[in-house]
Amino acid sequence: MSTFFPRKWAIDRRTLLGTSSIAVAGAAIAPLLPAQAKAQSDLTSATAAKAGHHKPRVKSVIFLHMVGGHSHLDMFEYKPVLQQRNGEKMPDELWEGLRLAFVREQPNLLGSPFSFKKHGESGLELSELLPELGEVADELTMIKSLQTDQFNHAPAQLLFHTGFGQFGRPSLGSWTSYGLGSDNSDLPSFVVMNTGSVAGAGNSMWGSGFLPTVHQGVEFRTTGEPVLYLSNPPGISRRRRQNILQSINELNDLHLREVGDPEIATRISQYELAFRMQKAVPELMDYSQEPAYIHELYGTNPGKKSFANNCLLARRLVERGVRFVQLNDQGWDTHGDIQAGLPPKCRQTDRPIAALIKDLKARGLLDETLIVFGAEFGRTPILQGGNKKRAGRDHHKDAFTVWLAGGGIKKGFVYGKTDELGFNVVENPMHVNDFHATILYLLGLDHKQLTYPYQGRDFRLTNIAGEVARDLLA
Amino acid sequence: MRFAAIFLCSLLILPAFCSSALAEPDVSRAAQVNFGRDVWPIFEQHCVGCHGPEQQEGQLRLDTRATFKRGGVSGPLARAGQDHHSLLQQKITTSEVEERMPLDENPLEAAEIEAIAQWLDQGAVWPEGVGVQVEVTEPHWSYVAPTLPELPPVAQRGWSHNPIDLFVLARLEKAGISPTEAAPPAIRLRRVYLDLIGVPPTVAEVEAFLAEPTTAAYEAVVDRLLASPRFGEKWARSWLDLARYSDSNGYQADQLRGLWAYRDWVIDAFNTDMPFDQFTIEQIGGDLLPNATLSQKIATGFHRTTTCNIEAGVDPEENRTNQIIDRVNTTATVWLGTTLECVQCHDHKYDPFTLEEYYQLYAYFNNTPLEVENTNKDGVRFDFYGPKMELPLSQKQEKKRAGIQTQLQRLREDLKKAETSALVGLSDWQRDLSSGKISPTKQLPAEEIKQLNNILTKKRKLRTAAEKEQLKESFLATQKEVRLLRDRVARSKNALQKTDPKTTLVMVEMDKSRPTHIFERGVYQTPGDRVEMGVPASLHPLPDGAEANRLGLARWLVDSGNPLASRVRVNHLWAEIFGVGLVASAEDFGLQGSAPSHPQLLDWLAATFMQEGWSTKRLLKLIVTSATYQQSSFVSAEGLDRDPDNRLMARGPRFRLPAEAIRDNALSISGLLEEKMGGPPVYPPQPPGVWYQTGRGEPVYKVAKGVDRHRRGVYVIWRRAAPYPSFVNFDAPDRTRCIVSRSRTNTPIQALTLLNDEAYVEMARSLAARILAEDLATDEEHIVHGFRMCVARSPKVEEVRILQRLLEEQRRRFKEIPEEAEQLTGDVYLPTGVQRPDNTEEWAAWLCVANTLLNLDETINKE
Repeated sequence: MSTFFPRKWAIDRRTLLGTSSIAVAGAAIAPLLPAQAKAQSDLTSATAAKAGHHKPRVKSVIFLHMVGGHSHLDMFEYKPVLQQRNGEKMPDELWEGLRLAFVREQPNLLGSPFSFKKHGESGLELSELLPELGEVADELTMIKSLQTDQFNHAPAQLLFHTGFGQFGRPSLGSWTSYGLGSDNSDLPSFVVMNTGSVAGAGNSMWGSGFLPTVHQGVEFRTTGEPVLYLSNPPGISRRRRQNILQSINELNDLHLREVGDPEIATRISQYELAFRMQKAVPELMDYSQEPAYIHELYGTNPGKKSFANNCLLARRLVERGVRFVQLNDQGWDTHGDIQAGLPPKCRQTDRPIAALIKDLKARGLLDETLIVFGAEFGRTPILQGGNKKRAGRDHHKDAFTVWLAGGGIKKGFVYGKTDELGFNVVENPMHVNDFHATILYLLGLDHKQLTYPYQGRDFRLTNIAGEVARDLLA
Repeated sequence: MRFAAIFLCSLLILPAFCSSALAEPDVSRAAQVNFGRDVWPIFEQHCVGCHGPEQQEGQLRLDTRATFKRGGVSGPLARAGQDHHSLLQQKITTSEVEERMPLDENPLEAAEIEAIAQWLDQGAVWPEGVGVQVEVTEPHWSYVAPTLPELPPVAQRGWSHNPIDLFVLARLEKAGISPTEAAPPAIRLRRVYLDLIGVPPTVAEVEAFLAEPTTAAYEAVVDRLLASPRFGEKWARSWLDLARYSDSNGYQADQLRGLWAYRDWVIDAFNTDMPFDQFTIEQIGGDLLPNATLSQKIATGFHRTTTCNIEAGVDPEENRTNQIIDRVNTTATVWLGTTLECVQCHDHKYDPFTLEEYYQLYAYFNNTPLEVENTNKDGVRFDFYGPKMELPLSQKQEKKRAGIQTQLQRLREDLKKAETSALVGLSDWQRDLSSGKISPTKQLPAEEIKQLNNILTKKRKLRTAAEKEQLKESFLATQKEVRLLRDRVARSKNALQKTDPKTTLVMVEMDKSRPTHIFERGVYQTPGDRVEMGVPASLHPLPDGAEANRLGLARWLVDSGNPLASRVRVNHLWAEIFGVGLVASAEDFGLQGSAPSHPQLLDWLAATFMQEGWSTKRLLKLIVTSATYQQSSFVSAEGLDRDPDNRLMARGPRFRLPAEAIRDNALSISGLLEEKMGGPPVYPPQPPGVWYQTGRGEPVYKVAKGVDRHRRGVYVIWRRAAPYPSFVNFDAPDRTRCIVSRSRTNTPIQALTLLNDEAYVEMARSLAARILAEDLATDEEHIVHGFRMCVARSPKVEEVRILQRLLEEQRRRFKEIPEEAEQLTGDVYLPTGVQRPDNTEEWAAWLCVANTLLNLDETINKE
């Protein structure tokens, strides 16, 4: 048994990152007891890659959440009539019964102060705030008709990620991990990174609800320790850690033989995995070896907390087979002064997002990845408050724009349409449930079959609704 | 046809009554209608889609003779002598489109309605051989009240300690399996310590038991543990999961709230072994008891633990309805083992509960005030609100408060006097001011002097009251004595505020009751029919004289006629001891739940629990003194193959401890565990940056420095958006909703937590110092001692050898690199009475051994 770790290490050095597996770890324990074999198969079944319900169009998802609700009317949704009627009282028939978070008196219409331009062969319209995205416009599918039920941040964020406006349900990423497992046994299958403070729904946005917690998103922090408790305490070198782990696993192994509980075999494997993670995660997070042109492309800020860094890390994660990457970026809740608040947010994100699309494409990974850009709701076509100089928009749940890029979908395509003022959907409405059904479909999962029995009922991400938007599939 | 609510009784419960309800056929009339020819095709075409083999909306099947007779949740479709007033007739002819069958379709043709009406008139005879053949289902087992079953005969003599064992053994004998021998005494002792008080025995306690490991000695240990205050701290944890207890609101800013007095109430209730019926009554309706005590009011915090959204623009009424829905669902889960969540929108698909009944239960909780208030009436800013109660101050606190009050009173008088005597100089000062004799100072800047002179240029009579006041104030502010006294008053007021009584959230009924309506499709904005308080008809009736309020509901929950409460509760307790309940789906005893592994044992426990005055301690004593419980948890490959989850209990329980217990156990082993009980939540070390700052009123995590660093997990601050991270890694929920059973995962993140978390390194440091402090001769003896501190048993030779090798290796390395020993032993918290070891390198080497011991699978498992 004393050769246990050194042998494992020999394998580790030869094995390329992302290809070592539980089976390799298991091979070091000889001979395998029946209990161990069982434990390993259980463990494998929890997080190892498995087939979905139909042929997948993409392998992994990068989900970009603009926390607070990006002002889609100033970014993606060109409304010339709204611009013409800027400053007019909002029409009575639209005001009746409208429920908003902040606005209390019948407000005025607010046209976008920004100019829009057509891009690429598809002629997709984007505002002047997104010049870089314009360069890859032909890769995008704009969804202009998304709808949600909630207009407060936390409930809407919960709905956007868990399909339900209250706490307690699993998130899209954890359903994906549950349905498909992971292609990398050295890293979690679902990774989350945040810039700015975290949204009101907190870690429920990547929680596993009633699914086994192994499917919950693991937050990688971009400053300090990337994973909580990852580094050894001061005074414990990697070599010393190896000695300690060897003792722990040998003692656990002896005890396994004594009592026969297969959970002990699982624990031995998990201690080995922890040791590998201590190496794999810092390697992943250290992007300093990336060539200069990549840093230039993304506009990274090494050593700082930045959305651009996270975009680059997202690429490194999907490259390594991580199934679901979620990037949350705070600061989009522009109730006041869009002119001052929105351009800097767009400057922070436009380049790295365009870079992510270009970079994945250059590596041949774009076809097997789905990039989702979205938020818990959009913003109103009306002015919030009376200050026209510092105009802002309230939360809007009835119609907003998100986009997709990557495999399995039409490119340079617009799905859905809103009325001339942008209040309501007039064509192809898409509820968040439909949005989820479509994303799962692209991953090879049928939202009606992806169920988990809990409290006497088979639960789904999409509850009792959800339809795949087939019109946007390639 | 799809039948909606309105029901009289469920025939699941009363099959005899209902099967006799139909009349004998009236043979005297001419039989114009032939069921098979004239009526069955109508059923087949219009009804069976929703009420057939695939779906049984409203639990009704219209494709078989037997199920037609039984009816659905709304009761039988036809009764003797009802003919045209029968439910069936009503449902196909009503003008209410939302009620009319077939639902969402055109009404039946006149001829079809007539055929059915005539058939009903003829006595609704469904001849044999038409439709599908099925048996009438017996009432589901859990809806029939448990009775004390006879004890089963067993072949093996001498193994059983109490009736529990007879039921378990009888089942094992049927399966041809023998029970496992008792676990070794040290293992048994550790097991029962962890199960009853959640901390392990000390080496001395193990030795005392090993000296005389008799049944009597074991029982004495059990009695001692049941009497320990640690008992309540251990058993409160799972109840607080059910109660979704937390110290924050949830949602956007997730502000903290004061509810810890309720947590302490739960601990105390377990320690005093409050009977479970009383425990229930106080938590659900304690405030409504006659002359309710402070403690009974605190108990109602059970239903004030719900999440609360105070985000801008929230509709306080929507927030309130969400909270009530949570209260209804939680009550049903905890006491009825029933999931009612789906009944919010439609009749239960499987269990006998209707939409209307859901809102009848809702009505019990509906009389509550809003818990969110629009603070500045602008429709934007909202704050947490709702009934709070002040907690009494201790004598010492009272005394301190009274002292500050007296002091403040005196200072105010002094200030008044000082002001009066100073004001004599006001007119002189004004004169000086207008003649420019007063130069600007910090208290009186030039800008202010200019303002005051503007006032002084006006005639006295023309000065407004405010202007006069300003003159006076500006003058007083220049008076040193006044200034000093004002400062002291402010400081004293501040100090007084700090002694304000703490508060706790409680349930309060409003004077004027709110009407309750069914919410169409579960949406609060679309109220439907009005309903009154009431309980599901498929369960026992309300006890005589039950109050029409929450208290009445509470009495109903623990009424002896309730078939569920006792079963559900003993199953919770069983699951906590054995890792899985006799009913594996502890949250669901309904038709979709799992069948009990030992139905008679469950009934015996449930009936005994009630007979024994709902005493939790007596029930737990029965369980932990059983031979079943005391078996070794060793499992052979064959045993694992046959019964992987140990449902037959041919071996003792072995599973990973819950999150808080892992920490409590390690703190206890390392000697750091503080026994201080109760009070506001504590902040043990956690990595920086875990508490996100998201908005206004955001709390800050300030790591405790003293005693609070090492108190039990039950006292650790529980913030819903970010619970204590090392607990989360071991499957602690966020407590946003009622949790019946936590998952038990086994992940690499758990390994990293125990290896590297500062809190665990601190424990390893202390454990190493404790091991070193033992007056023992050799390394080997020290290792044996440390090993026993962690897992109670003595290590085998091979185990000692592995640790010895590690120790020697680390000793050598720390000698080579002494800086690492310095770093590792750095900042120290050591238990009282344990010396900081002199030799840092030696200490560091032992720390590696301690780190290993605290990470053993055996250490974090109960076995």
